[in-house]
Amino acid sequence: MSNNLKTLTNGILRENPTFALVLGMCPTLATTTSAVNGMSMGLATLFVLVCSNVVISLLKNLIPDKVRIPAFIVVIATFVTVVQFLLKAYAPAVDEQLGLFIPLIVVNCIVLGRAEAFAAKNSVGLSALDGIGMGLGFTLALTLIGMIRELLGTGAIFGLQIYSDHYASLIFVLAPGAFIALAYLMAIMNKIVKK
Amino acid sequence: MVLSLVCISVVAAAALAGVYLLTQDAIEAQKAQKQEQAILAVLPEQGVGAEVAEAETVGDVVIYRATKDGQEIGAAVEVSEMGFGGAQKIMVGFDKEGKIIDYAILDQQETPGLGDHIKEWFKNEDKPGQNIRGRKAGNLKVSKEAGGDVDAITAATISSKAFLRAINKAYNAYMGNADAHSGASKQEHAEPAEGGNDHKCGKCKHHEEGHKCGHCKHHENNETEKEVSHE
Repeated sequence: MSNNLKTLTNGILRENPTFALVLGMCPTLATTTSAVNGMSMGLATLFVLVCSNVVISLLKNLIPDKVRIPAFIVVIATFVTVVQFLLKAYAPAVDEQLGLFIPLIVVNCIVLGRAEAFAAKNSVGLSALDGIGMGLGFTLALTLIGMIRELLGTGAIFGLQIYSDHYASLIFVLAPGAFIALAYLMAIMNKIVKK
Repeated sequence: MVLSLVCISVVAAAALAGVYLLTQDAIEAQKAQKQEQAILAVLPEQGVGAEVAEAETVGDVVIYRATKDGQEIGAAVEVSEMGFGGAQKIMVGFDKEGKIIDYAILDQQETPGLGDHIKEWFKNEDKPGQNIRGRKAGNLKVSKEAGGDVDAITAATISSKAFLRAINKAYNAYMGNADAHSGASKQEHAEPAEGGNDHKCGKCKHHEEGHKCGHCKHHENNETEKEVSHE
């Protein structure tokens, strides 16, 4: 039981995909212009991570070692396309905001990384927990970066105006702000985790 | 080895086909609904009771004519123009005299916080210099340019100019085409504005009532250098 819990919490703090593993930087930097965008991207990735981890863990004995990477990619790409269809059909606003970054989840290193490093070696249950943990860690990280960028860049959090956007610094919504916010958050996380 | 890869691919393709079939109707419905809402939003009286005709394509401009009780009341025109960060796709509504009712941005890639103010900037009721609603298009220009009287977005002149170019293009396509329909004008009017000197004075003929043609003369004089520079 403690093993399960450890697997689940692993991704949230100790091996957080964004702050500790530093994987999947492309969506991390590009989609976190607001808290909602960051969270949607995180949740989409969470869904893909859990599904692909479970399926790959189920198939791990059927896939020959030599073709495992293409096989994993096919599985991942399938779930990403499913997410894209679902978003287009039922959440078009989210789909519009994230645009190209939804199909790009296919090449997100976290998804393939967890498939290769965890799901291909562990049981279905543990793989699912790992997917949930990593996905939550990623979602939390992206939401946090999005909140900071949105607050400093537009004066709002989740669209709720905190102070007038006349005093906000636009740079945080633009690309440089992503690097600045990520760097400071990473420094703080390192300080906390190392203690 | 090959067999297992083939199997996985086949299963994946089948699963995707299934999901596609399940979501296809909803996706189409969403698209159609969004398009319809954009059209209605820019029509006179929010398009209440109006009937929207089939799309007409004039060059790269799409015109949706609206009628009410058999009378033409205006049209929603979908137009796109290169802005600062990419194409601006705009739906703009005109009444039957060509006055701008309202507009909606369908798609844009302008700089967040600067150029992307085009969404609201040009319909600000409190700032008549910015507000283009109720104005007649065809010759809208930012106030920095000679003869222009629309206040551009602060620090986003290129986005603003592109926006006004798009509105003018939509107007020309709509009015030009209206004439082509009644047979009063030559077909060339139906062509959307292409590049620099889009304002042949022949174009003015069909809005002569509202527009003194003197308006056009000064346009033509200083249009050449201004417009060509950023085409």
